Amino acid sequence: MSDTTLPLFEVFVRAKRGLSHVHVGSIHAPDATMAVRNARDLYTRRQEGVSIWVVAASDIVASSPDEKDSFFDPAGDKIYRHPTFYTVPEGLEYL
Amino acid sequence: MTDTTTAIQAAYLLGLGDDALIYSHRLGSWLTWAPLLEEDMALANISLDLIGQARAIYTYVGANDGTGRSEDDIAYWRDEREFRNVHLVEQPRGDFGQEMARMLWFSAYQRELYAGLAGSRDAQVRAIAAKAVKEVRYHLDHASQWVVRLGDGTPESRDRMVAAFSWVAPYIAELFEDDAASVAAAEAGVGVLPSSLRAAAEATVAAVLAEATLEPPAVSRWHARGGRDGVHSEPMGYLIAEMQHLPRSHPGAAW
Amino acid sequence: MYGNDFVDPNDPGAGPLNAADGGAVEAAAAHVDRRSEIDLSDFDAIIAADQRVEPRDVMPEEYRQTLIRQIAQHAHSEIIGMQPEGNWITRAPSLRRKAILIAKVQDEAGHGLYLYSAAETLGIDRAELLDRLHNGKQKYSSIFNYPTLTWADIGAIGWLVDGAAIMNQVPLCRCSYGPYARAMIRTCKEESFHQRQGFELLWDLVRGTEAQKAMAQDAVNRWWWPALAMFGPRDTGEHATGGHTAQSMAWGIKRFSNDDLRQRFVDMTVPQAERIGITIPDPKLAWNAERGHYDFGDIDWDEFWRVLKGDGACNAQRMARRVTSHEQGAWVRDAAAAYAAKQAARQQAAAGEGSAA
Repeated sequence: MSDTTLPLFEVFVRAKRGLSHVHVGSIHAPDATMAVRNARDLYTRRQEGVSIWVVAASDIVASSPDEKDSFFDPAGDKIYRHPTFYTVPEGLEYL
Repeated sequence: MTDTTTAIQAAYLLGLGDDALIYSHRLGSWLTWAPLLEEDMALANISLDLIGQARAIYTYVGANDGTGRSEDDIAYWRDEREFRNVHLVEQPRGDFGQEMARMLWFSAYQRELYAGLAGSRDAQVRAIAAKAVKEVRYHLDHASQWVVRLGDGTPESRDRMVAAFSWVAPYIAELFEDDAASVAAAEAGVGVLPSSLRAAAEATVAAVLAEATLEPPAVSRWHARGGRDGVHSEPMGYLIAEMQHLPRSHPGAAW
Repeated sequence: MYGNDFVDPNDPGAGPLNAADGGAVEAAAAHVDRRSEIDLSDFDAIIAADQRVEPRDVMPEEYRQTLIRQIAQHAHSEIIGMQPEGNWITRAPSLRRKAILIAKVQDEAGHGLYLYSAAETLGIDRAELLDRLHNGKQKYSSIFNYPTLTWADIGAIGWLVDGAAIMNQVPLCRCSYGPYARAMIRTCKEESFHQRQGFELLWDLVRGTEAQKAMAQDAVNRWWWPALAMFGPRDTGEHATGGHTAQSMAWGIKRFSNDDLRQRFVDMTVPQAERIGITIPDPKLAWNAERGHYDFGDIDWDEFWRVLKGDGACNAQRMARRVTSHEQGAWVRDAAAAYAAKQAARQQAAAGEGSAA
């Protein structure tokens, strides 16, 4: 018999307000509307989240490990992007 | 329950609790039989919501109707004729389309019911309804999503949904029939008249059917009746026997 | 939400009940990612540094195939395992037990889904994996070919079978393959509830009537040896083959030998049996002070292989039900896909009209 393969969706859950959505896994669903519901029933049945994103796995564009050097290394020498790069006088708060 | 409580109001609430328990029981038997694993998860969640509603209602009734019964006394030690659920929920599991047709009607009914009970004079009933109405909204959404997909899916699924709504049709009227207990409960301000829920629930179902490109089924020649008086259909006896046999085989035992 | 409400907080003897309670899962979850320090094109370097291999990393084909086979078998076990336990949902003897059992069987489906999800990151479809289950090319744990005959079997499965499963799975939380390790962390946190409910169920039976006590003992008599066999054939000492186990260990997929895990399980479970008040059906079971472990009798490996190869009480029944369920659901999956295609076409048509206007 023919068997329909329902599309794969990647699932991202926000554990609580103030946190980012984090990838938790995937589910299959016929469409995005059902995907959100399936994700809710699987990934938040113990109140693990307050918000869910689903993305069709086929729509995700990812960097490749092969591109590690060109993608991420150039940021390695820009230490001035990090707050610890800067010295501030002692005793100064809220900076 | 307050001092306005009477046995007849307890009977009303038991009917609601029995609907929830018996439907939970039927949904529980879907596990491993769902059309995809994701659906096993969903049906289990709905079954758990319903058993939770039943337990809350039984516990409240048992503690306040003067009998001192526990939730398990009520579930396991009443005979079939004492169960007050409608026939709809006791029917054996059919195909997935039948289950979604049944769930659509039952959750459309329950949504109006619990919304109405949010105005109950009984604070405990209000609290149970407030929690349940959120759960039932999700059940209704779930059934609606599937009915639309199956009605407007393939020719086979459409045929199956036409058959499913014809199958469920004779069991709908009973949901909205006023019996002595519901009339008394409504008069006391504790419950709501089932007949008052009908128009809204029917409108909900009609809208889903329209989106699913399905015609409403023809009116059936017979319709189920008697559940609220403990007069059930034949499958109920088997359900009760299966559900209760273990505690009844061991009187006095705790589990 | 259901679970540990039976543990007496005043009981000084109430230690960890299973391998997931000892902090190992949390430790695995706190694994420090040092991948940025490694050349990710070098698979061996990732393994050597005890770092996680991620889906798009280069990996040997045998590593990928070994993982697909192991994760799929694990996933299949979860969903076939729903059957023996689901067998008692309609007969659970209290509403509380009924709710717990529904939640537990649901969790098994959930664990199956976590695992299929992990397997799919290796480039294989769940539909393909299910096909391999349905046509017998891939296996599931043989333990589920035993029947659940009484209510106490639900307790024995939770306590012994889930206890053994956790013992196997906790080390997998540190598995070298990232998605599998993460699925295991999630699963182990939930399995702990399963084992506790089984323990509690038996505990209550043993404190009940004589008939209940006998029911509990009978269940443990039937499940004890199959639970020990779950860890797999002997693979240490004279039985060490150096083959499969050795390669899986080298790759950081397997962390301990079957025999090592089995011994740990026995050591952890025997004191619990004493606490419950249940007898382990092994006359050779005895504490060996010299080894610091319990000695135990011989597993009937003939039975193990017989059941594994298909001649168990429920092999045919489990597979027939699984396949029937899948086939009965085909029209639903087809309809859902057809509807999604129609909707997409409608939206495209609507967008087309919009741009034309």
